[in-house]
Amino acid sequence: MGSTKIPRKAAVGLAILGVFFLMALVGPLVAPYDPSAFVDIPLQPPSRAHLLGTTGQGQDVWSQTIAGARASLLVGFVAGLAMTTIGATVGAIAGTFGGLVDDVLSLLTNVSLVIPGLPLAVVLAAYLPAGTRALLVVLVATGWAWNARVIRAQVLSLRNKDFVAAAIVTGESRLHIVFREILPNMTSVLASCFISATVYAIGAQVGLEFLGLGDMSVVTWGTNLYWASNDAALLTGAWWTLVPTGLSVALVGTALVLVSFSLDEITNPRLRAVSDWTRALAARGIRPGASTPVVRDHG
Amino acid sequence: MRYLLRQLGLYILAAWASLTLNFIVPRLAPGDPASAMFARYKGQLQPEALAALREAFGFTGGPLHEQYAAYLAHLFRGDLGVSVAYFPAKVTDVLAMGLGWTALLTGSSVVVAFALGSLLGVIAAWRRGGAFDTTLPPLLVFLGAFPYFWLAMMLLYGFGFTLDVLPLRHAYADTLAPSLSFSFVASVAEHLLLPATSIVLASVGGWMLSMRSSMIGVLAEDYVTMAHAKGLSPLRIMFHYAARNALLPNVTGFGMALGFVLGGSLLTEIVFSYPGQGYLLVQAVRSQDYPLMQGIFLTITMAVLAANFLVDVLYVWLDPRTRGR
Repeated sequence: MGSTKIPRKAAVGLAILGVFFLMALVGPLVAPYDPSAFVDIPLQPPSRAHLLGTTGQGQDVWSQTIAGARASLLVGFVAGLAMTTIGATVGAIAGTFGGLVDDVLSLLTNVSLVIPGLPLAVVLAAYLPAGTRALLVVLVATGWAWNARVIRAQVLSLRNKDFVAAAIVTGESRLHIVFREILPNMTSVLASCFISATVYAIGAQVGLEFLGLGDMSVVTWGTNLYWASNDAALLTGAWWTLVPTGLSVALVGTALVLVSFSLDEITNPRLRAVSDWTRALAARGIRPGASTPVVRDHG
Repeated sequence: MRYLLRQLGLYILAAWASLTLNFIVPRLAPGDPASAMFARYKGQLQPEALAALREAFGFTGGPLHEQYAAYLAHLFRGDLGVSVAYFPAKVTDVLAMGLGWTALLTGSSVVVAFALGSLLGVIAAWRRGGAFDTTLPPLLVFLGAFPYFWLAMMLLYGFGFTLDVLPLRHAYADTLAPSLSFSFVASVAEHLLLPATSIVLASVGGWMLSMRSSMIGVLAEDYVTMAHAKGLSPLRIMFHYAARNALLPNVTGFGMALGFVLGGSLLTEIVFSYPGQGYLLVQAVRSQDYPLMQGIFLTITMAVLAANFLVDVLYVWLDPRTRGR
């Protein structure tokens, strides 16, 4: 693997994400119909007039899928960003300060981790006024802890490095060390935290809206599935009201995971050694042995 | 032992935190959720019954700490209020109806997914770079990216609706009464198959990947090379030397993942009208049954905490090193 080449997994992931971003960005311009308007006879299978058919309420499924991309991706990425910011702040402060601060913050993190997310999210969402802002609060409140834990562990391993010692000796403040010395040195970890937080946020949003929590008048991927299930799409055989949205969620999720895998491979020498090693052996027609290679041969 | 005590302390704290959240959230919400909540009972409850319900949630009008004390006192007596959706049943009675089914569905599918995923991870790591290792992980990642309930709907459509080979809804045939007879157990198993499969399909990939990467780490250890050098059979090295040690990080992850999988399985229950906590949850959301929602939150949290503690006990039993700590 050359150092300039983008790994294949990342390329595939980025390409899929690009398509969906484009859809979210210019979607309403290319969508053939108003996503929430009654445009034709309900529950028509895919045809030339309606590429993906119509819903139980006579809306165009293709237009709804495009409109859903904008709402769902926006919420997913904003929530992902917020979770990473909070997780990074808590994790980094806990890891750097140590002592009592660490004990308290770690306890808080672990407590949030063991409380199951969905039931808590349901209680929160039920009491908050329905809307995007409430949804973001719910997603962040139930999903920040995992990031804090991962980032704290990473900070602990960086804390004893020489450059941190140098900063301490120079007399930098501890907050300066956290935000200017340690966090910038773990960009890849932050990126993969952001990705997993976004995957969680998109999935949890779809789940909550499927339950009927949130603003049901907005067209998102979650509300699409809620209405499809409410209109008994399956029992009337209307698979086309479910498949496009489900596939979109899965494709975005897979694309994000692929990008995160490549990040792991780029930053974890052992994983990279494994894939390079097996590739080199396969090129020579040798079957790899059982033990893990640790050798690396990079120019 | 110290490790177990520390974990137990964490779970007790988490239990207290969720009880308190349950108390605080309705009071943090803008407007007057208490009146909105009690307005749901209008025409259903006698004024004195309504007063008792207000008491159960601590909406007594006194200062906050008195409200909190009243709430805790009622909670420890097992009084979670009266359900709106299943009026006039008590929330605790409604919860008891669904608990067993959720435990059956989530329990069986989590165990199957864990065992299957770990086994697949061992094989993938063992035959690293082979056809199995290059095709299965991406496929399972893709499957895992679908919402659980969406996979459930597709299975329902394929096997229940189109092929008509498996039941569409409920936990057992409507014509049977719960008993320990063969036909009843068979009916329960038949109704369990589709929802459990959708949960297994969605969650098996995660177990496989984490098992695979921890296997790869273990296979680099000297004792594995040593075992090869001794000429032990590959199967023995694979399971007795490598997999046993690689399994440990997966067991720690099990407790954490349980809460997440449970969330997915609650949504799966809705698709199949499976009469567990998830089905109750959607009824509660639809009829804005706040007491029931909060009851479900508390029961599920307590169940997950208990399961986490069991996993910790199991971990100590599996890994002698933790006993010293």
